[in-house]
Amino acid sequence: MQRIGVFVCWCGSNIAATVDVKAVAEAAKHEPGVVFSTDYQYMCSENGQAMIREAIKEHRLTGVVICSCSPRMHEATFRKTAVSAGLNPYMVEIANIREQCSWIHKDMAEGTEKAIILARAAIAKVHLNAPLVAGTSPVTKRALVIGGGIAGIQTALDIADAGFEVDIVEKAPTIGGRMAQLDKTFPTLDCSACILTPKMVDAAQHEKINIISYAELDSLSGFVGNFTAKIRKKARFIDETKCTGCGICTEKCPSRKGLNDFNMGLNTRGAVYIPFAQAIPNVAVIDSAQCIHFRTGKCGLCEKNCSAGAIKFDQKDEILEREYGAIVVATGFKPIDASAFNEYAYSDSPDVVTSLEFERIMNAAGPTKGKLVRPSDGKHPHEIVFIQCVGSRCTEDATKGKPYCSKICCMYTAKHAMLVREKYPDVKVHVFYIDARTPGKNFDEFYRRAVEQYDVDYIKGMVGKVSVEQDHLHVQGSDLINNEQIHINADMVVLATAIEPDPTARALGTMLTASMDTNDFFTEAHPKLRPVESPTAGVFLSGVAQGPKDIPETVAQAGAAAAKVIGLLCKNELTCNPCVAHANEALCNGCSQCERVCPYGAITYEDKEVRSPEFRGIKRIAVVNGAICQGCGACTVTCPSGAMDLKGFSNSQIMAEVDAICR
Amino acid sequence: MSLTNTVTAEDLIRISGVDPSKCMQCGKCSGACPSYDEMEYHPHQFVAMVRKGQIEKLMASDAIYQCLSCFACLERCPRNVEPAKLIEAVRVAVIRQQGMNHMTANDIPEKLDEKLPQQAIVSAMRKYSK
Repeated sequence: MQRIGVFVCWCGSNIAATVDVKAVAEAAKHEPGVVFSTDYQYMCSENGQAMIREAIKEHRLTGVVICSCSPRMHEATFRKTAVSAGLNPYMVEIANIREQCSWIHKDMAEGTEKAIILARAAIAKVHLNAPLVAGTSPVTKRALVIGGGIAGIQTALDIADAGFEVDIVEKAPTIGGRMAQLDKTFPTLDCSACILTPKMVDAAQHEKINIISYAELDSLSGFVGNFTAKIRKKARFIDETKCTGCGICTEKCPSRKGLNDFNMGLNTRGAVYIPFAQAIPNVAVIDSAQCIHFRTGKCGLCEKNCSAGAIKFDQKDEILEREYGAIVVATGFKPIDASAFNEYAYSDSPDVVTSLEFERIMNAAGPTKGKLVRPSDGKHPHEIVFIQCVGSRCTEDATKGKPYCSKICCMYTAKHAMLVREKYPDVKVHVFYIDARTPGKNFDEFYRRAVEQYDVDYIKGMVGKVSVEQDHLHVQGSDLINNEQIHINADMVVLATAIEPDPTARALGTMLTASMDTNDFFTEAHPKLRPVESPTAGVFLSGVAQGPKDIPETVAQAGAAAAKVIGLLCKNELTCNPCVAHANEALCNGCSQCERVCPYGAITYEDKEVRSPEFRGIKRIAVVNGAICQGCGACTVTCPSGAMDLKGFSNSQIMAEVDAICR
Repeated sequence: MSLTNTVTAEDLIRISGVDPSKCMQCGKCSGACPSYDEMEYHPHQFVAMVRKGQIEKLMASDAIYQCLSCFACLERCPRNVEPAKLIEAVRVAVIRQQGMNHMTANDIPEKLDEKLPQQAIVSAMRKYSK
């Protein structure tokens, strides 16, 4: 028989205002096995914990029930308390009488009744608890960073500077990501490439960083500290070790129809190309869909002209298998497809562009060499209309768009407006806005500068319609401050399109078993207190993959994710969760059903000799690898013979709880 | 809604099925409206004024008849507020207060016109009967 102590916490007034804590403590006293029961204002405080320690010693307790907040909050705290008093930590049970009781009840009598029932269930469980000992697993001291934009680069640099190896897997032929496409950055207006490319070079030259470009994660197995990743390195049809990045092949290539992704499809490129001048690795890539050699078997001009002999038409995808201790998701974003918004005529006129396209038009390395011209006829525009919140802040039931604020659009639109007015003072600039959201250091000052110094015409209201006229775009919108509808004949319209997670994120989330929200942003372990960790152990989040953010925030989060990774990798071993599954050899039939449902690949089979009264001979039996098992319990409910059970949450323990509740 | 009592915001919300609290007052509806200049109150104001309970002003305004029911506001609203349905509800509220001048089933045969869509008749029934 266990000797059980029950400790009822008031949580200040959080519990005590809705639950009669004294009544709970009193009721618990009459439960079988309970030798001590009390209540206290704050059980988690040092005084409260001392009370538990003393009671364990004084009453020679073998089990402890704490009636308090959710075990997510303080289970670890109370387990430590038990350990310091010489009790096995798994002899502690929490009855959640706050989140599951006081916070959801208004009536004291009802709340108290439920609290007593929850306490009774926990006491019934403790009777069947057995001491568990946690094992350990080793840590592979290498990190995988998925995505080579500013988030991935910064995380990799910070981890590598701490002395750990890092692989960056980037799906594009070069690292750099979205930031490489930007012209200037707010609120300082320094050139984006000028601050990014040195970081790209640092990453490339760092002895601890290995950049695997033009590659994607194919599959992943293992668990925190011990991941095994298969990485598909896509065939770029160029020998990376030989290519010098001289660019002769890109000049000679006669195919000129492929859209230049780096310039958002505003111009074309050869079938063999280097995405941009500062690309890392500075190695060409062949777009086999456009290449004449791949389509007709002829041409081969690049091969003839390559003095390094780097062209490899027969190159195949390659699978690399690598082991990692931690994984950082830094998959970034893309602008949404603006063509869903017919009212803005994006599909009808080349002069209606998205902000990222405008960014390329303004960029000195862009399709117009930084000269602001109308895409339709190359003429100088005289009047430009910027429309904010295109596809942001829409309701879930609206036919298109995203429910969230994309966060960066107010600032980059102010930047665009200012840059246009700075370079071309003759151009009239109008900005339609709903709210100018500019929280951030020097952000509002920046926006006000656009209004006050650059005389940008900010119009509070929205554009209802853009129609394509003979030689201009007719913009019709509302001016809510002046209470009038206004009509502007513009030469260009720039849409501040919402941003969304990269389309590869969803499949990656499934592969990593990392949870995501309905918008495909990765979910953090706690929205306030664990913002850079995924709820999946060993998976960390960096940049827009977690939610919309600007460059300074991304860099800060990247550093925070790196700190968490370093904290993990500097450990030599990790304590495993002892609440894992195990098979009862006498009952197991070796049917393989548990193996099939196990999401972690923790179950294998062994042929074992069994000598029991019913059976004598060799039997196929399930074996659980305790280091890989996460204790999810899928196998225990699948097992048809009841052989699988979860330590700490056994079928008998759970049934005892149910019986206690139904008593 | 009774015929004698004043019309409340709740009445209009019930008739139209519109939830004005979803509106973020971006003004895209009024930016899209082709009758904007004719209307005393504009689509976004209908939503805001219903929210604030200023129903009498709306019911007294000619703006309700200047709305073309083109549904541009409804189609483009990023928050699916559907201002056109709210304006329609105000119109209906006014008509219902005018007494028992609504259409009956017996009136239909003489109104039938091969150019008139049958749907219009059905919706007229719905609109003008209580």
